[in-house]
Amino acid sequence: MTNHWIDIKNADVVVVMGGNAAENHPVGFSWVTEAMQHNNAKLVVVDPRFNRSAAVADYYANLRSGSDIAFFLGLIRYLIDTNQVNYDYVKTFTNASFIVREDYGYEDGLFTGYDPKTGSYDKESWFYELDDQGYAMVDESLEHPRCVWNLLKQHVDRYTIDKVVNITGTPKAQYEQVCQVIGATHANNKVATFLYALGWTQHTKGAQNIRSMAMVQLILGNMGMLGGGVNALRGHSNIQGITDMGLLCQNLPGYLKLPSDKDVDLQAHFEHHAPKPLRPGQTNYWQNYPKFFVSLMKSFWGEAATPENNFGYEWMPKWDMQYDVLRYFEMMKQGKVNGYIVQGFNVLSSLPNKAKINEALAKLKFLVVVDPLAVETATFWRNKKLFNEVDTANIMTEVFRLPTGCFAEEEGTIVNSGRWMQWHWKGANSPKEAKADGEIWAGILAELKRLYAEEGGALPEAVAALDWQYVNPANPTAEEVAKQLNGQDVATGRQLSSFGELKADGSTACGCWIYTGSWTEQGNMMARRDNADPSGKGITPGWSFAWPANRRILYNRASADVNGNPWDKDRTLMEWTDGKWTGIDVPDFNSKLDPQASAKTGFLMQPEGHARLFANRLMAEGPFPEHYEPMESPIGTNPMHPEVITNPAVRIFADDKAQLGDFEDFPYVGTSYHLTEHFNNWTTHSRLNAIAQPQHFIEMDEVLAKQKGIANGDWVKVSSKRNYIVTKALVTKRLQPYVVNGKTLHTIGIPLHANYEGLTREAYEINSLTPYVGDANTQTPEYKAFLVNIEKAEAI
Amino acid sequence: MNRRQFFKLCAGGVATSAIAGLGLMPTLAFAAPREFKLIRAKETRNNCCYCSVGCGLLMYSRGDVSKNVEPSLFHIEGDADHPVSRGALCPKGAGLLDFVNSPNRLQYPEYRAPGAATWQRISWQEAFTRIARLMKDDRDQNMIKTNAAGTPVNRWMTTGMLTASAQSNEAGFLTQKFARGLGLVAVDTQARI
Ligand code: SF4
Repeated sequence: MTNHWIDIKNADVVVVMGGNAAENHPVGFSWVTEAMQHNNAKLVVVDPRFNRSAAVADYYANLRSGSDIAFFLGLIRYLIDTNQVNYDYVKTFTNASFIVREDYGYEDGLFTGYDPKTGSYDKESWFYELDDQGYAMVDESLEHPRCVWNLLKQHVDRYTIDKVVNITGTPKAQYEQVCQVIGATHANNKVATFLYALGWTQHTKGAQNIRSMAMVQLILGNMGMLGGGVNALRGHSNIQGITDMGLLCQNLPGYLKLPSDKDVDLQAHFEHHAPKPLRPGQTNYWQNYPKFFVSLMKSFWGEAATPENNFGYEWMPKWDMQYDVLRYFEMMKQGKVNGYIVQGFNVLSSLPNKAKINEALAKLKFLVVVDPLAVETATFWRNKKLFNEVDTANIMTEVFRLPTGCFAEEEGTIVNSGRWMQWHWKGANSPKEAKADGEIWAGILAELKRLYAEEGGALPEAVAALDWQYVNPANPTAEEVAKQLNGQDVATGRQLSSFGELKADGSTACGCWIYTGSWTEQGNMMARRDNADPSGKGITPGWSFAWPANRRILYNRASADVNGNPWDKDRTLMEWTDGKWTGIDVPDFNSKLDPQASAKTGFLMQPEGHARLFANRLMAEGPFPEHYEPMESPIGTNPMHPEVITNPAVRIFADDKAQLGDFEDFPYVGTSYHLTEHFNNWTTHSRLNAIAQPQHFIEMDEVLAKQKGIANGDWVKVSSKRNYIVTKALVTKRLQPYVVNGKTLHTIGIPLHANYEGLTREAYEINSLTPYVGDANTQTPEYKAFLVNIEKAEAI
Repeated sequence: MNRRQFFKLCAGGVATSAIAGLGLMPTLAFAAPREFKLIRAKETRNNCCYCSVGCGLLMYSRGDVSKNVEPSLFHIEGDADHPVSRGALCPKGAGLLDFVNSPNRLQYPEYRAPGAATWQRISWQEAFTRIARLMKDDRDQNMIKTNAAGTPVNRWMTTGMLTASAQSNEAGFLTQKFARGLGLVAVDTQARI
């Protein structure tokens, strides 16, 4: 979230799309109802299903899963057509006025630079025109034919309302109404917030779904505002913190990058990641990258990181391609992986195409499962009739199942969606011999260090150098690690109070630069529990610590105009008065600069200081979003450009491509979601939740049910090209057929709480059905739009 | 007899008990039933482990959490001081106690031999020793020290790691150090999916 949970109360319009907050984030959703009751806010819900958020909405619009980009590009066109654009904001804070290179272009579904052989783009032309000093050229009048604004106008011009609803299946009146309600927030004193979740990410163009919405927020002037922003309602309790910790294949803590083969040495790594400013007078905050990186190396390698050895840079592993979990299971299936460690992740029940996951795991020499619960992954080798039919005796994988504690049995921090780092305390012991995760790594590492010291081996110096100097190396405490994450002055051990103090010379150590300030000489800032809200706007500066720098609303320079006057007096966040900046939040800009200078750096992590309507070379499939069909399209064509149906930059492996189904055999749109009683299949192990929702089922509309002779509560077989599941049918009015490109379509809604080792009734896992293909940027699998068939079945 | 008198009577009945003797008698009699339920409980603040609303929790346990005392969390409720959740929990959070005390919690390290159909219980030291040996042999055989261009790359491709998004930051940082320190590149978490 650029904003945070309580801030939702400041909105005039709340849009829930690509998520279902009432059901999946119920307590956070109480701030939506607060806004409705006390701020007269309107709730708009756009979803393929009339879900629980829709049930309390003022406006609801139906759309076919996988058509969100068309919905938004049509909305942008509508905003421009009806002059509902906040031009002052757009000119001040976005790259609308930046001039794009002459060789950039778009035609019939493809941007310039596409290579059909590799299925990827040469993105060279997707960039600004630069002057001889290397600065981007701009035309503040927005008249230049190649300025971003005019290119955007041209790009969205094709998305007339009729074309949009033909793709999305939304009734035209519903679509126009939603456009109107959202459009009204272009006014300086009206603000909309968007709340989304996996309903947007789990598509082969998930990142572009989100970009489309972010562009709308910029055009309306809703970024950096109280009650506005781009608000991802994240899933797992600490998925934000673990992303901050960089536990992704190309990341390091604090959004630093794991070096690649191209970074031949430390200098090259810095050159690639500390950008040059693209406009004069930029803060260009990533220019500080070397300070953050060297401080991280000091926290990794301790005393062994010296200027002479480039702070241990050489020991860091370098990637040559993105080894995301989908690619890695493909490699595993091909027999290229020997060992795998799975911590708190029921991978057998969650990655797409379960049969492939089973096959891959069986190729391993060893599997280590570290988990508090008896999850299916650890027993993938066990034959479980119907649900896991495998040949146990022929699975030669050695498996270890190691018990861990849970949240209640440890202390430490988790980070909520609003970036609040909340410290928690231990309230119980873990069962019997269970150990904390860190204690388990410590145990294995101690053995490895001993073996390498005794026997030598490959790169033993890295194993020896890896810093593990905790008071009790066998069980590091949360307190000492939290202090390390905050960062220290190496010589004195003083806790730093701001990332401005970090140095690139090895004199500071810091595990995660964006966390600096969370544990200072004043103590543990994350454990603070003052819930006072002096401004009444939901800014509780004394409760926990919000990264970065205890800032609650990101991009808050954009809450005021170019002269530093708030767009809306009632939403004053930062204000220029009597020659200085004041406000209720921590400035997200250089507050030593005057309003005009600071306005140019409103998005200070960008080398041009402006938010990007045109994404330059950051995205795999284009600098602007474009509508592409899901990999399994229910209409088999793309009404915008029949020659380019699906995302042209998608990566798909040959065996998975062969397992894509078509709409003739699998005519219905399958989409997955959660019930409020269950968190994936984790809660199936909790008795109360198992009692509340003991049985798996799917949802289908009444028209289709009648056609198929399926009654409410009947057993049904749902199949995809990959496999099938047998479950119960819930026939409901919540789903309705819709007409897309002249065809009547039906959605099969598939809740996720299905497994067979929990306390619920044994069920087929739904990842048996889903396609093994991900978003072209993130590789997040397409769980929200795939093709299935359905028929009546025998009871199981 | 009205409600107030009833509680006064109850309170009188325990006037000589240890609770009163220790000065722990509630001054407001009508608050007594709640106080009695939790009076010997240890109260701990925590956050819900499911979704990232991060609702505040009050957890009540018996015992002082020292290692030789059986764990005994017996009640979890919403923390009314929490500015986001204001004491509320959703049906997931309301069932947290049953996750903590689930019969499916793992208790001992276990091992499944190649081809076997059952687990066998092992000690932690056995687990660490065997896992470290498997990892070292694989790392020594398959560590890629330089790429075709001769650049040092030090990546270990044949072992990978999938990490938990419900672990704390502090555990997560140890996980990160462990993984990269050994040269792993195939590291991912739930944020990927
Ligand atoms: S109680 Fe519910 S809403 Fe609150 S954090 Fe837990 S799962 Fe999320």
